[in-house]
Amino acid sequence: MNARKQSTETATERLSRLLTMVPWLLNRQGVEIEEVAREFGVMPAQVEADLALLFLCGTPGGYHGDLIEAEWESGRVFLGNADTIKRPLRLGVDEAVALIVGLRALAAVPGIGERDAVVRALAKLEAATGSASTGSSRIQVVIDEGTSKEALALAQEALVSRRRVHLRYLVPGRDESTERDVDPMRVINFDAQWYLEGWCHRAEDVRLFRLDRVESLTILDQDGTPPSNAEPRDLDSGVFTPHPDDQLVRLALTPGAAWVSDYYPTESVEPTKGGGLVVTLRTSDTAWLRRLMWRLGSAAAVLEPPELAFEVQQGALEALQAYGASPGSAASSATADATTPTGSTSPNR
Amino acid sequence: MSTQPNAAVKIERLLNLVICLLYTRMPLSKAKIRDAVPQYGNTASDEAFDRMFERDKDELRQLGVPLVTEPLDAFFDDEPGYRIDRREYALPEITFAPDELAVLGLASRAWAQASLAGPAAQALRKLKAAGVERDDASLIGLEPRVRTVEPAFEDAKNAVLERIPVRFSYRAGGSGEANTRHVQPWGIASWHGRWYLTAFDADRGAPRVFRLGRIDGNVTFEGEPASYEVPVGHEPRAMISNMAVEHDPQPAALRVRTGAGHSLRRRARAVEGVDGTWSRLDVDFTDTEAFADEISSFGPDVVVETPAELRESVIRRLTGALGSGPGSAVRITERPSA
Repeated sequence: MNARKQSTETATERLSRLLTMVPWLLNRQGVEIEEVAREFGVMPAQVEADLALLFLCGTPGGYHGDLIEAEWESGRVFLGNADTIKRPLRLGVDEAVALIVGLRALAAVPGIGERDAVVRALAKLEAATGSASTGSSRIQVVIDEGTSKEALALAQEALVSRRRVHLRYLVPGRDESTERDVDPMRVINFDAQWYLEGWCHRAEDVRLFRLDRVESLTILDQDGTPPSNAEPRDLDSGVFTPHPDDQLVRLALTPGAAWVSDYYPTESVEPTKGGGLVVTLRTSDTAWLRRLMWRLGSAAAVLEPPELAFEVQQGALEALQAYGASPGSAASSATADATTPTGSTSPNR
Repeated sequence: MSTQPNAAVKIERLLNLVICLLYTRMPLSKAKIRDAVPQYGNTASDEAFDRMFERDKDELRQLGVPLVTEPLDAFFDDEPGYRIDRREYALPEITFAPDELAVLGLASRAWAQASLAGPAAQALRKLKAAGVERDDASLIGLEPRVRTVEPAFEDAKNAVLERIPVRFSYRAGGSGEANTRHVQPWGIASWHGRWYLTAFDADRGAPRVFRLGRIDGNVTFEGEPASYEVPVGHEPRAMISNMAVEHDPQPAALRVRTGAGHSLRRRARAVEGVDGTWSRLDVDFTDTEAFADEISSFGPDVVVETPAELRESVIRRLTGALGSGPGSAVRITERPSA
């Protein structure tokens, strides 16, 4: 996605920026070039190029008094004589849709404290966008099914008031209930799940906690400012960030289990002749992988490391013994399980 | 982000055209426009100018500029004139309270990693252009993020908004086999973190739900905008969740090892200690296969007692996991050549 941003922009994209930049600058005389660049997501040199271009445009006639006045030698921008385009262009369809769909998703979050503001903003926006927003009701984002209403409200409160929290947290990858104190850093919604990110005093590191797995959350009467070296994780490629020194695991996936490759961060994905995939991934903890393999059944296999393959087989054998099943006879009837990640086993590291 | 000189000339031309057509109160003839916008002056011929002007009009309209065509003379309508309606052009004067701006900031930044990132950011800048308020979303402390990792998103969204029939190759869930589908898109929704398309399936003659992630390759537009009607009040989310949940809840009896199966214990209707090693749980479930996935993932720590169907599903998975090691004779172990 960032690659797209860096590629040469189209004339329409640049024109759109200029038409927004003019009213923005007219209302902020003397603003620094760096701030303009930050706001518009471009390099300062691009802002200067844009200003140089504006300087050549104006009302018909082309005389000095007809042209837009732009001044930026001092590093601060002054703009004038641009009355015809002093108002921003109306929101386009995609622009209106993005904001309206986003606001509606927020409005549907149970327990969100700002519902009132969301409803007011939505009403104003819908009135202002008119026909541009007519199709927006057919695009929906469901970010919350209401599974973590109380935890969300408490996590938000702790974050805004900078309090430490005590969590009883279920680590499903290891099927373990844990207790820990956490200094909240942010509350994010990612792939329709709410997470609390914070400095975990037990792990002495930054951790993400999925709120629907929080068994209890107590706000402590203690300052919750995280240590200065606590950095929020970069979540652009997903919530799981492997370390380079983690163990390398290779899995063979049938087409029915191919979803695994877009669900977990992989180092490499290679298609096989039979329509399946061989994926390589890194992890520090193989407990969740064992569990994933049991669940995938015959739809996947561990190629490496052999110890993990052995653990998967041992666990499956032990489980089958509890059923009194005879593994030898059942193996031949096993069919590829077309499993989809409805239960979502994600590793919390 | 280097800008070629001729690209800059084009922007100047378009910007001057916008200013000129906003500035005029009366519609302008093409000849007047050619005189008024200096960058048109260099065109070699009338034909070259005509072509350029047509393209420029299209680009402006694509951007949402309300460029109107009106007869120059009420009695002779053979020569059209052009202008931009100022009231239609300008974003209406709206002022947002600080808390409204804060939630608008959240809504905009939610798309930061998605295909609508550009329009979402631009929309917020437009709303903030007139005022100097800051959108202080940090006061809210929430950070929703929408992702659009599915390559088909952009085309599917446009087809939905413009009501254009499309064709695409779709991999069915179970078999993974790809088939060409012809559909009239109704809506798209992100549900449980994945994008789905709701549509009328022309081949099946019935409404269907498609996962965008299972569309292979391109979405091809097959028709004009506004080619069909979408049922009034269509709610993509409702249609998708109805398709996903087809069964009523039914009870299961599970044996769970002490200290294990936490997620099952949390939602059990009843928990009863059997001995020092095992507890017995009554848990309701709706989808046998999905529940079998979850139970299998506990390996030897959870055993299904009833119902038989669930028990069979779990045994099938475990048997598969037992037989799928690299040394076994099971089919998947075909390695790609390195």
